[in-house]
Amino acid sequence: MPTPDRYNFVVSKEDWSLHRKGYQDQQRHQEKVREVIKQNLPDLVTEENIIMSDGKQIIKVPLRNLEEYRFIHNYQKHKHVGQGDGSSEVGDVLGQDSPKDSGKSGKGGKAGDQPGYDYVEAEISLEELEDMLFDEMELPYIQEKDKEEMETESIRFNDIRKKGLMSNIDKKRTILENLRRNATAGTPGIHGISPDDLRYKTWEEIIVPRSNAVILAMMDTSGSMGAFEKYCARSFFFWMTRFLRRQYEKVEIVFLAHHTEAKEVSEEEFFTRGESGGTICSSVYQKALEIIDSRYPPSSYNIYPFHFSDGDNLTSDNERCVKLIGELMKRSNLFGYGEVNQYNRGSTLMSAYRTIKQEKFMYYVIKEKGEVYNALKRFFHKREGGAAS
Amino acid sequence: MSSEMEQLEYAISEIMEIADSFGLDYYPMRYEICPADIIYTFGAYGMPTRFSHWSFGKTFNKMKMQYDFGLSKIYELVINSNPCYAFLLEGNSLIQNKLIVAHVLAHCDFFKNNARFSATNRDMVESMSATAERISRYELAYGASTVENFIDAVLAVQEHVDPQLIKPMRYDKRQQMEEKLRRAKDGRYGQVKEGAYDDLWSLDVNPGGSAAAEAKENGVQFPPEPEKDIVWFIQEYSEALEDWQRDIMSMLREEMLYFWPQMETKIMNEGWASYWHQRIIRELDLTSDETIEFAKLNASVVQPSRQSLNPYYLGLKIFEDIERRWDHPTVEERRRFGREPGQGREKIFEVRELDSDTSFLRSYLTKELVRDLDLYIFEKQGPEWKITDKTWEHIRDQLVASRVNGGSPYIVVQDGDYLRSGELLLKHQYEGLELDLKYLEHTLPHVYKLWGRPVHLETVVEEKRAMFSYDGQKHVRKMI
Repeated sequence: MPTPDRYNFVVSKEDWSLHRKGYQDQQRHQEKVREVIKQNLPDLVTEENIIMSDGKQIIKVPLRNLEEYRFIHNYQKHKHVGQGDGSSEVGDVLGQDSPKDSGKSGKGGKAGDQPGYDYVEAEISLEELEDMLFDEMELPYIQEKDKEEMETESIRFNDIRKKGLMSNIDKKRTILENLRRNATAGTPGIHGISPDDLRYKTWEEIIVPRSNAVILAMMDTSGSMGAFEKYCARSFFFWMTRFLRRQYEKVEIVFLAHHTEAKEVSEEEFFTRGESGGTICSSVYQKALEIIDSRYPPSSYNIYPFHFSDGDNLTSDNERCVKLIGELMKRSNLFGYGEVNQYNRGSTLMSAYRTIKQEKFMYYVIKEKGEVYNALKRFFHKREGGAAS
Repeated sequence: MSSEMEQLEYAISEIMEIADSFGLDYYPMRYEICPADIIYTFGAYGMPTRFSHWSFGKTFNKMKMQYDFGLSKIYELVINSNPCYAFLLEGNSLIQNKLIVAHVLAHCDFFKNNARFSATNRDMVESMSATAERISRYELAYGASTVENFIDAVLAVQEHVDPQLIKPMRYDKRQQMEEKLRRAKDGRYGQVKEGAYDDLWSLDVNPGGSAAAEAKENGVQFPPEPEKDIVWFIQEYSEALEDWQRDIMSMLREEMLYFWPQMETKIMNEGWASYWHQRIIRELDLTSDETIEFAKLNASVVQPSRQSLNPYYLGLKIFEDIERRWDHPTVEERRRFGREPGQGREKIFEVRELDSDTSFLRSYLTKELVRDLDLYIFEKQGPEWKITDKTWEHIRDQLVASRVNGGSPYIVVQDGDYLRSGELLLKHQYEGLELDLKYLEHTLPHVYKLWGRPVHLETVVEEKRAMFSYDGQKHVRKMI
């Protein structure tokens, strides 16, 4: 019979709850993942499958900088030794890299377990991406609207109690209580519902601030606006809408397309239709003013007119544009002008707008896709003490 | 003390008694029962006290997730130290713990007796803790992200050390380098070989740093012979490093040298531990329930897998085969090698002392074993992974090749003063296994960061010699 003393060993069980190192470094890794995603924001903002999606999917971001690079052998090009079940033969196929993955990621075949082909990707939801993006943004010049108009009362059923109004009885929970009581009493089943079993739903009154915003999305659809120009505008409006939806209970968008004259169109038409002909921007501003005056009283709406164009306006129209923008700004929180100008052409509109010296007027010239992100940040950057709500 | 602990203690002393009777020779044991996240932390870091780095956090996260999803489970973790620490997963059943206790005793016997481990620091738990503390002090002094970026670079080359078991004339690395330089210089000028004790003078001739300069002056190649220990070479001769950086490099190098023997003996070590847990548990009085539970767990440890070779299984089978062949030698073996029957046990103890994975496979993976284990060679042909060869010698050689240098590419410092402008030339000792070029091009900037001047690596791509360079700005790739 062995006795513990004869053998040199100790068994112990300590409190490890303060040993957090793994979690700390895990968090550091996750911070680094976030950093990488942040660096990728300009690219992600114009990522086609985000803009064109319903906004519900998971986005994959490659984390090239977070792989632990070393000198390693090329797994794909090597011979390896494996083990069969006794019946392996030369020529047996063990696995296959699917054509989609080949050269990219090693999910098929064996390569998956190999560090060399473990291409790291972080998965984030659109919501997380929004958090990250909008974290850097802020709505400027929010205006107080009439208080009565801005608040509504509503009720929410959010609790269960043993006392209440008979009309609010919670049948499911009442039956469950009955079942439970009968089972405890040794007579399982639903029978003899007593007042003790009754459960009622109760509610709470909540006051929901009702705030509205309207975006007047205006775009030049004249012949000079190509697919690239429209895509940039589309990405911008995509994010802007999402951003405003976070700030306001209800965000409406009015799509206004124009060439020499302006028209209210559907979203689909807005982004797809192209027309030939010249450009008269004042037409759309005039239209916007009409819509505001007839449908969106500035006393209860936060109004955001944004205009995208390539800047190629009829020169004689410019003066009128500046004047109408002045009118629009009186009614709006902000006026944004985005010019998509891939080749750095001279822009007649821009030369006129440069003279507008008002805080509420903002412009940005987008030369490449990645700059949509910069445009968003220019329009909605955080202002020092500027944004009072 | 709970009765569960008492039962475990009783079982351990019983198992130790059996292990002793078999002749296993281990350090005093410290068994510690830990919750899963702690075991997985240790698994990710390789040591409870290791320094902090995001890459460990990443590994931890991955391992812990697999555990949470029930995809994998670590039952134990054992540290090569004296006393030997073994961490048992909280919630293991008694019979699981019996298997594990026996398994780790054999691991400890292996650590204590295998020649590759003879130089490992058995106080590494404390050393790593000191290293971690020093690194966190450097973080305070130089900024966490500066230190982190530097460690990123060191980790990129960390495998490239030289685990010298035999030190000529007991010289340390620097003395060896001085000696090589002196010989190279002498060879160049055709001087007569000096007397037996002259080398004593050289010990204090070159205090620090001057070796490279002197080599240059004498027109001697530096290093005179290709240097395998890239980490040491950079830490010693880079002109871009500050003292704290050299210190970190030398500490991380010590840690790698400590882990190295484990990388070199994975198949043997796991085979040895599996062999012994089976033998020891057989000696115990188990209830029928326990026997079934043991059989299940044992099967899950040593089960062959189709995807990759299970080192536990392969090692176990080879040890059993050695024992059988030395217990019952064939007529030919008796005649040719004078092998007497009944020496199986003795032989496997000798093997566990002298061999590493490469020699173990080369000497003891026989034709019969390859056939019985149904081993094969597979490779990628087009999009398919196919079995292409079942010749047993090829399989053995392929396995040996995959274990050379712990599985890492063998890369040396070829020239520390390349193009006579202090650039660093590394050379991949190509033996048929190409490098991953994407990884290569991402690793060179790390080396550049350590060396501070342009770095080059010569290797072979598609059977042609190729040179990859990085000068701090851009990559250049050319065939030579």
